[in-house]
Amino acid sequence: MNMPVSGKPPKKLSLKENYALLTRGLGWETSYEPMDKVFPQCDFEGIKIHDWDKWEDPFRLTMDAYWKYQGEKERKLYAIVDAFQQNNGQFNVSDARYINTLKLFLTGVSPLEYSAHRGFAMAGRNFKGAGASIAAQMQSIDELRHAQTQAHTISQYNKFFSGMHDPIHMFDRIWYLSVPKSYFEDAMTAGPFEFVTAISFSFEYVLTNLLFMPFMSGAAFNGDMATVTFGFSAQSDESRHMTLGLEVVKFILEQDPANLPIVQRWLDKWFWRGYRLLTLVSMMMDYMLPKRVMSWSEAWTMYFEQNGGALFNDLARYGVRMPKYHEVATKEKDRLSHEAWSTFYNFTHAAGFHTWIPEESEMKWLSEKYPDSFDKLYRPRMEYWREQQKQGKRFYNKTLPMLCQTCQIPMFFTEPDDPTKICYRESQYRDNKFHFCSDGCKDIFDFEPEKYVQGWLPVHQVYQGNCMRPGTDPTAPGFDPLAELLQYYGFGSDTPGEYLDSQDRKNWEQWTGKPGVST
Amino acid sequence: MSVVALKPGYTGEIKDRVENFHGQQVLYIGWEDHLMYAAPLAIPVPATLPFGALTAEIIPDLYGLHPDVSAIDWTRAEWFSSGQPFKPDATKTLAENGLGHKASLRFRTPGLTGIKGSCS
Repeated sequence: MNMPVSGKPPKKLSLKENYALLTRGLGWETSYEPMDKVFPQCDFEGIKIHDWDKWEDPFRLTMDAYWKYQGEKERKLYAIVDAFQQNNGQFNVSDARYINTLKLFLTGVSPLEYSAHRGFAMAGRNFKGAGASIAAQMQSIDELRHAQTQAHTISQYNKFFSGMHDPIHMFDRIWYLSVPKSYFEDAMTAGPFEFVTAISFSFEYVLTNLLFMPFMSGAAFNGDMATVTFGFSAQSDESRHMTLGLEVVKFILEQDPANLPIVQRWLDKWFWRGYRLLTLVSMMMDYMLPKRVMSWSEAWTMYFEQNGGALFNDLARYGVRMPKYHEVATKEKDRLSHEAWSTFYNFTHAAGFHTWIPEESEMKWLSEKYPDSFDKLYRPRMEYWREQQKQGKRFYNKTLPMLCQTCQIPMFFTEPDDPTKICYRESQYRDNKFHFCSDGCKDIFDFEPEKYVQGWLPVHQVYQGNCMRPGTDPTAPGFDPLAELLQYYGFGSDTPGEYLDSQDRKNWEQWTGKPGVST
Repeated sequence: MSVVALKPGYTGEIKDRVENFHGQQVLYIGWEDHLMYAAPLAIPVPATLPFGALTAEIIPDLYGLHPDVSAIDWTRAEWFSSGQPFKPDATKTLAENGLGHKASLRFRTPGLTGIKGSCS
C-alpha cells in the first residue's frame, strides 16, 4: 500500500519525527464513542489533566530503537548465562547460605516484575494521552523481560538447591510472600494515576536503589556473576523507569493545582508501603549475605535520608513535602533487620529459605555497625538461640503470628521511641477490629477501609481452613497441619528450617569440598 | 469516603469475619518484654473459653520454650486489652470478659525482662 511507486525509497524519518508520530500522531479524539467511555478509568481518581501533549519523555524512545537495544542486551546476557552454566558458576559463590537471597529474590521480587508487566499494560490502556501510553507499554514489556531473564538466570541454581522450583505457586500461597503480593495488588487495583505514582515514582524512583543495590552488589561481593549480569542487563531499563517515575509526578502536578493533595496522599501511602516491603531487604543485607556490602542502616542513611531528602527538596517547588512518617523509618533503621531476622528465625520451619545464627565474626560486624542496639537488644537472643541449638533444641515458634492488616507483615515492629515494645495500632470498622503495625499502615487502612478489609491474611486463611490441598480432610486421624501447609506451599523434599541442618548445606560441602559456612 | 472506586457505593467483603472461623474466634496474645517470640501470637479459640484456661495452660504452652515461662507469677501479671489496662475474671469466659473476635490481649510480668534483661 505504501510501497513507493517511483522506485525511490521513502525518506527515512529522524528519531525525533518518528517519536513525535508515535506519541502524538497515534492518539486521537474519538468520535463514535465519547472519550470518557473509551477511557473509563482515567477520571475517577480525581486527577485533572488538561493537556496530554505536555507529557515529555526524556528518552524519546521509538519502537524500532527499543527492539534493537533490548535485543542486544538479551544476546549479551544469554551468552554470559551459558558460560556461567558450563563453568558450574553456582559453586563459586561465597557459601550456600548466599543461595537463600536468591530464593527470596526469585519468589518475592521476580513475581513483582511480572505483576509490573501486567500493571503497566493496564495503565497504558487507560491513559488518554498516547505519550504516557507508549511509555507505560514499553515499561510493561521491560518488566516481562526482567521476570523472564531472572527466571532463566536463577534456573541454574534451581538444579542444585532447594526452594526455587515454583516461584509463582509459592508467591500466591506462602505467608511472607503475601507481603509483596498484596503490595502490588494494592497498586494494580487502584486507578492508573495512583498505579504509576506508586510504582514508577515511589518505588522505582525513591526506593529502588535500596532494592537493586543490595541484591546486585551483594551478588558481586558473593561471587554470583549470573545475578550481577541480569542486574546489569536490567539497569538501563531501570534508569528509564526512574525517569518515567519523576516525569509522571511532575506532569500530574503541573497540570492542575487540585492534583497536589491527591498526589501527596499517594506519596505518603506508597512511601510507607514500599518501605515496609524493604524490610525483607534489610535482613538480607545484614544477615543473609555471607560477604556484606554495607549495613541496612548505612544504606538507609545514604539512599533515603541523603538522596531522597535532596529529591524532595527539588520537588518542594510543586508544594510536595517529605512523605509522612519518613522520620519513623529513620528511627527504625537500627532495629529493622534484627527484628525481621528474629521473626524469620522463629518461623523458618514454614519458610522457603533457611535461616541461621550469625557466626561470631559476623556478630562482631553487627556490633560495629549497630553500636547502639545490637549488643544490648539482639545479641543476647542470638546467643541464647545458638546455645539451645548446640544442645539439639533449635528454637522454632510453633504458633502463627499476628499480622498487620495493611502490610501483612507479622507485628514485630516496635514503638518508634521504644525498641523493646511492640507497636500496636487498632481500628474498628463495620463492627470488626483491625490491627496494624504502625501509624503509617493504620492511616492507609482508615482512608480506604473497604479495600483493606478484603486482605488475604495468611494466618487467618490457615485458621479458616483455606490453606490445604484440595480433598484434604483435616479431621482425619493423624492429620498434621504443618506438614499439610508445607505441601500446600509446594515445598519439595528438603525440609525447610535451620540452614546448618539443611540438605543445601550437606550438598554444598559434598559437591564443593568447601565449608557450608565461610567466615 | 471509605474507598476510591470506579463505581459509587462500592463495598468490600470482610474476609476475616468471625463466621468464617468454624465456631472459633481469633485471639491475639503478646507477652511484653519477651521478644524472643518475635511477634504477638494468633490463636483460634471458642468464645466460651474460660479466661483461666489461658493462664493455666494455653499461654504457658505457647511460650513454653522461653526460659522465663516457669517464673511467671500470674497473681502479679498486668493485662491490657486493645492497649488499655484490663482486669480479667479468670472464672468467666472470654466473651464475658469482653474479649471478642480479634481481641488483642497483652500481658506484662513485672520483674521478668527476658534473656539477660534484653527484653528478648
